[in-house]
Amino acid sequence: MSACRVLADGERTNVKKDGVDGTGLRDELVAKATKIGAEFAAPNADAVDREARFPIEAIDALRKEKMLSVFVPKDLGGLGCSVSDLSAICYTLGLSCSATAMVYAMHQIQAACIVRHGHSSPYFQQYMRDMVAKQTLIASATSEVGVGGDVRTSICAVETTGSAFKLEKNAPVISYGEHADDILATARRAPDAAANDQVSVLVRRDASTLERTGGWDTLGMRGTCSNGYKLKSAGNTEQILPTPYSEISSNTMLPVSHIVWTSLWLGIATDAVNRARQFIRGEARKKPGHVPPGALRLAEAMNHLQTMRATVHDGVHEYERLIDDPDALTGIGFAIKMNMLKVSASQLAVEITSEALSICGMAGYKSDSKFSIGRHVRDAYGAMLMINNDRILAANAQLLLIHKDA
Amino acid sequence: MSSDAIRAVVKEHGRLSVDINTLADDADLYAAGMTSHASVNLMLALEDRFEVEFPERMLRRRAFESIAAIKAAIDELTGKSPA
Repeated sequence: MSACRVLADGERTNVKKDGVDGTGLRDELVAKATKIGAEFAAPNADAVDREARFPIEAIDALRKEKMLSVFVPKDLGGLGCSVSDLSAICYTLGLSCSATAMVYAMHQIQAACIVRHGHSSPYFQQYMRDMVAKQTLIASATSEVGVGGDVRTSICAVETTGSAFKLEKNAPVISYGEHADDILATARRAPDAAANDQVSVLVRRDASTLERTGGWDTLGMRGTCSNGYKLKSAGNTEQILPTPYSEISSNTMLPVSHIVWTSLWLGIATDAVNRARQFIRGEARKKPGHVPPGALRLAEAMNHLQTMRATVHDGVHEYERLIDDPDALTGIGFAIKMNMLKVSASQLAVEITSEALSICGMAGYKSDSKFSIGRHVRDAYGAMLMINNDRILAANAQLLLIHKDA
Repeated sequence: MSSDAIRAVVKEHGRLSVDINTLADDADLYAAGMTSHASVNLMLALEDRFEVEFPERMLRRRAFESIAAIKAAIDELTGKSPA
């Protein structure tokens, strides 16, 4: 990854002065993720997938290593890591277990929203300190039954009486909701607010109930346990992030989501290609002097993997370049780029895992083989569908009507 | 550029959830229900109505957040000094 531009306030915005002061934090975090991946995520990945169960072993290990609070700023007890560090961790976990990587990624998206938009609030400052001490796992409730998949509008509203609030939300999915300590939910600012006048509310699990309304028996990404719930919660208005959700979304939630998701998809695609490489190597060893027929396909898959890697790294670089310019982050040019990142990387993930499957042939098709690619292919399809690419392309189609630069 | 001319375009394309006549020139149009989808349609309509092209640097949330902000942007593009 190229050196990020050094910005004035690196500490607060968690921009790593990569290659400048060489803290070695990235290497340390990736080493921890690699170890947890090998010892806890990979050995359980098939069971997590088969049983559609939460990857508890790996998440517990991440907690033990204090990996859930790495994005919390140093002055609040965290490591103040950068978004590119998060990208590297998600990629590394994605090599072993997509569910572990996705739970971790989604947690870090919520953490980034709190770190970047809650730092002026005494309540959230204390919450961040607690995130370090307790290794809090935070889930997300953005989608809502009835809004047609548009997370930038809400039906539910925060109802306040004095400093107390009540919130009820009918969420079609809350990934790992039952395993999370707290949930960051979107809602309209008040019962008389417009559908797009939203806020982010940190819903505390000890002051809320989750009534399950739907299950999660899916083709892939089975271990995220993204059931539907009726969420009922109460609390204090200080739990509402001070920044409007429109700004949280464009400045943090959307770009960080697309970056950490595409990073873990890159991990899934890389693991699929690694299996294909091992398979081809085995074939080549059986018949020295002959290049196995699948080797050509492998070369092609490697090309696509390199394209995907470059796409992800470019997305990270673009975000870190603009991260201290909130005005630019609301720009149409940036929105288009972040949308393209998600669409391109998810399409490539499907393409690459399918290529790996055809290289490994029946050995890849079988579930009980060390060359099995089934889980990778199934997980990769989820990438195209979680916030459907067609919806994102339609958004870009509209934005491109007004956008001027190439 | 008169605020009234801009108001007419916002009324037609902004898809506000409130009557534009109740909003001051500096009122937040997004808080009044304008979605990002509607804001793009509004930008296109403003370009057509006032024969301007918003450059990349103006295609940001803040430039279209109020009648006053839109007026400042259009005045700048048409060479008029800010009112």
